[in-house]
Amino acid sequence: MTRLVGQPVKRNEDARLLTGRAQFVDDVHLPGMLHAAFLRSEHAHARLRAVDLSRARQRPGVIAAFAADDLGDYWAPGPLLVPPPPIPDLVFRHAPQVPLARGKLRYVGEPIAVVIAESRYVAEDALADIIVDAEPLPAVVQLEAALAPDAPRIHEQLDSNVAAHALQTTGSYAKARAKAHRVIKRRFHYDRGASAAIENRGVVAAWDASAEEMTIWDTTQAPIPIRNGLAAMLGLPESQVRVIAPFVGGGFGPKIMMFYPEEVVIPWAARAIGRPVKWIEDRRENFTATTQERSQIHDAEIALAKDGRILGVHDVFLHDTGAYDPYGLTVPINSQCTLLGPYKVPNYSSEFTAVFTNTPIVTPVRGAGRQHGVFVMERLLDLAARELGIDRLEIRRRNFIRPGEFPYDHKIIFQDFKPLVYDSGNYEPALAKASALIGYDRFVREEQPRARSEGRQLGIGVVAYVEGTGIGPYEGARVTVEPSGRVRLATGVGTQGQGHFTSFAQIVADQLGVGPDEVHVVTGDTRTFSWGTGTFASRGAVVAGSACHAAAAAVREKAIAKTAELLGVKPKHVSIGGGRVYLERDPSKGFTLGELAQKANPLRGGVTPGTEPGLEATKYFGPERGSTANGVHAMIVEVDRETAQVEIKRYVVVHDCGTQLNPMIVEGQIHGGVAFGIGNAFYEQLVFDDGGQLLNASFMDYLLPTALDVPAIELGHVETPSPLNPLGTKGVGEAGAIPTGALFAQAVENALAGTGVEITEIPLSPSRLFTLIADSRRVGPVPAAAPSARGRALCLEGTYDFGGSPGDVYALLLDPRVLASVMPGTKRLDRNGDRYDGVLDVGIGPVSAAEFALEVVVADQIVGEQYAMRIEARGKLGFVSGTARVRLASNGAGTRMSYSAELQVGGTIAAVGQRMLDSVSKAMSAQALKALERSLRARGAASTPTGAAS
Amino acid sequence: MQTLSLTVNGRRIERSVEPRLLLSDFLRHDVELTGTHVGCEHGVCGACTVLVDGEAVRSCLMFAVQAEAARVDTVESLGSEHALHPLQEAFRDAHALQCGFCTPGMLMTLVPFLRDHPSPGELEIRHALSGNLCRCTGYANIVKAVALAAERMREAGAAPGAAE
Ligand code: FES
Ligand code: FES
Repeated sequence: MTRLVGQPVKRNEDARLLTGRAQFVDDVHLPGMLHAAFLRSEHAHARLRAVDLSRARQRPGVIAAFAADDLGDYWAPGPLLVPPPPIPDLVFRHAPQVPLARGKLRYVGEPIAVVIAESRYVAEDALADIIVDAEPLPAVVQLEAALAPDAPRIHEQLDSNVAAHALQTTGSYAKARAKAHRVIKRRFHYDRGASAAIENRGVVAAWDASAEEMTIWDTTQAPIPIRNGLAAMLGLPESQVRVIAPFVGGGFGPKIMMFYPEEVVIPWAARAIGRPVKWIEDRRENFTATTQERSQIHDAEIALAKDGRILGVHDVFLHDTGAYDPYGLTVPINSQCTLLGPYKVPNYSSEFTAVFTNTPIVTPVRGAGRQHGVFVMERLLDLAARELGIDRLEIRRRNFIRPGEFPYDHKIIFQDFKPLVYDSGNYEPALAKASALIGYDRFVREEQPRARSEGRQLGIGVVAYVEGTGIGPYEGARVTVEPSGRVRLATGVGTQGQGHFTSFAQIVADQLGVGPDEVHVVTGDTRTFSWGTGTFASRGAVVAGSACHAAAAAVREKAIAKTAELLGVKPKHVSIGGGRVYLERDPSKGFTLGELAQKANPLRGGVTPGTEPGLEATKYFGPERGSTANGVHAMIVEVDRETAQVEIKRYVVVHDCGTQLNPMIVEGQIHGGVAFGIGNAFYEQLVFDDGGQLLNASFMDYLLPTALDVPAIELGHVETPSPLNPLGTKGVGEAGAIPTGALFAQAVENALAGTGVEITEIPLSPSRLFTLIADSRRVGPVPAAAPSARGRALCLEGTYDFGGSPGDVYALLLDPRVLASVMPGTKRLDRNGDRYDGVLDVGIGPVSAAEFALEVVVADQIVGEQYAMRIEARGKLGFVSGTARVRLASNGAGTRMSYSAELQVGGTIAAVGQRMLDSVSKAMSAQALKALERSLRARGAASTPTGAAS
Repeated sequence: MQTLSLTVNGRRIERSVEPRLLLSDFLRHDVELTGTHVGCEHGVCGACTVLVDGEAVRSCLMFAVQAEAARVDTVESLGSEHALHPLQEAFRDAHALQCGFCTPGMLMTLVPFLRDHPSPGELEIRHALSGNLCRCTGYANIVKAVALAAERMREAGAAPGAAE
């Protein structure tokens, strides 16, 4: 019989997905279902004084509206999901997130209130009826600024914005440094982005009052912990709460986060109202309400021997944890541990400080901080290779852990609280294979110099990494043979596209001698299986897969024993295959699995004492520690020095994920991971301004790689089976995304060799790279990395020439009637001394127009010459506030007006993005100026427009 | 409220709807065809793509009332679980889907593309796909699936007595 494990078996789940019949959370329709919408903070930092829901509650179609106080005793801060690992002297300060804000707002997007209505449309309408009284406070956005002694404090109960501090060391870096032939030191920035699963989050909750049962559909990667937590919060027995994670449209980390405010509030509301309630996140909400991964700043140093051997590494870094830290220290600890990679680092000192900022919460996103560590180490090795005159591959080879040295103990603590011990690996062949596949030697010897001579900038990069995967604690599985002969497999982990329905079926089918499509897999429904933790850290296939294996093996044993008993032979003479269990020497004697299932569940008569009924077994698996996957990525790029465009010409991945359960699925995971990594390296960045407003909260401004940006990927495999689980497998889900930033930097830098461009930051973008290239052409040091430099949200500046005298123009500019007629969208504008009050309608791009209340106070007036305006506009789409200055001067025939404005923009209108905002505001001012000119003309003065808004 | 009559997957439908109701919401919630997915509601991701009078359209960028008298086809109009459309079949064979959330939009973008480009080259395929975002697959297998489907559909079309 051919083994199914290891075969590219086509996926069981595909037919349902391809025909649109797979159920996702937003596809759940229940009779009487209501729809929820959340009002979210438009301030990054503010004191929340009051929330008035009375008008919202009166809107026809609204059933209820709740703010924090309406939740009563149910309102409670969330739990700490991952306690800090046992690192000596570790400092960790837990600031739990809350269901609905109370007293303080700590990031833009934090939920304040929820409206529940007959339709989502009405619920969103009603958000505009809510009056929030909030007093803005200065926001803390930059990591280093957050640590300044006088920085505003995000959590008053803490004495600073430090969330955690940890130091891990092995050996003595100081001694290593003293002996070193060369020491290289740099500052590195690594910024991440949004997970951007194409499916946003969602929750549907239905309360059955007669059965006292709560059913929740949730886009979660962890249905069982969600069930357990919600049962406790709702005061229900766990058996009365059922959580279903149906098909989930991509997870990538943030869907493992719990408990999101919406997850806590929606079930409560469904019970309070007595009708099912659905909440589906929209994309703009997803950009701030779903957790993300962001900045780290590393000051790192490597001490080297003359031959390139690493004597030690010293790293001090800051980690942005966002406004709260419910996920503990998983991300920075991953960075700290993964930095070591496949290398021997005898002396290591790594110290980090996690920092609270007024930005959305940071939790693991595919890779979970590992890429930060890999970036630092690989960049240090690249610099070392250059300074010591050693080939980039050779310096890596010289530092690899050798095959004979496993298990290899790095003597520091990993995220699973266990010492960082690598179970297995063989790095040299992976490097050799990658270098052969990409043709490293020939490229460096021939192609690159040839391209250079033709004026083309080609570069190559090769990087190595190690990834801790498949960590504990445990997962379980139950395998049942039904009397029909059908095999049912239930396990707790949900699926977000990893093909669990198929790889698990393969494992079970192998044990029971049936086809993979004969195994019916149920995952992610707590009613079917209620022990386990979830799909994260590339552990589904490893940990749950091993449990499936154990349960299926137990059923197999039962089936064989039963058959042996019925046939009166020894079990060793019995075989299994083709859906039957039979006597080996006479296959006609035996039973189908279905018959055995019936016989194993007799309705009358006696059984041998101790017999368990049915052909069923439940087993659990918990690895002793995580298994280490590893790999090498290589890439050839061409960089256009004039436009800074980067074209990826080839991309090679050599990966060791131990035994492959299904190579087709493994390849798919790697393709997807690399695409994710390319996005992170060159396209995606969450841009916050100094006020903590996210400026690119749409797919128009936050760029995901498209089919034109991701190259075809060439794959090679090395298999070092893990000794830590019976399948020998290692996780693969995140690997593709981990080394891409480091690789990108190395390859681009190599393409630009000789120009002095040194890349110490990710993400790059064509414009950032353009700046780096331009700067390298000037003499002197390259300025510090950009990610931390954030600008004002909106600056307008320009001049305009009018035909009239300065006096006429001045009078015109301050005449409310004229202004009302020229400003697009003005509904009303009244003047009261130096104060103007009005209402205008503004819409930007995809955001349809909504009312803004406008208040302008005029100051610094010198009649006919200048004035300033303090502008405040606020509406359901956010706010604009700032100052504008206008100067008038005679220019012979007429008057030249110069104006400048610096405006802070917040809320929805900020989220549409800088590009949109700039172009719309320019268009609006141009429109207004043209109209002004017309009215000036209408008053009898001629005008010559020579200038324009610029 | 406004009355709306149109054909969805060959079925005549008459409803009264709010003028502001998006076509995507109309299809998903009113007609209960949940195969059409919504990923961004601002016209970028392509998950909501359906055919309106035979052409690929983002249903989140259209009001339902704008589809008055139109013929709308959704992913449910392609094959069934046991008789997949050749394009769906190729997607499964080439492992062109993982979470499958983007897939209905991909398919509905590709149906008219393959009708107009029966033998597309790789770059053409990538261009055709570039308006649909997929976060899981890295696109390579989708490109493969399209080429495979095109080849199979050409062969089937060339075979004597083939349907369609
Ligand atoms: S949902 Fe319509 S394009 Fe994204
Ligand atoms: S398969 Fe998940 S988004 Fe495309």
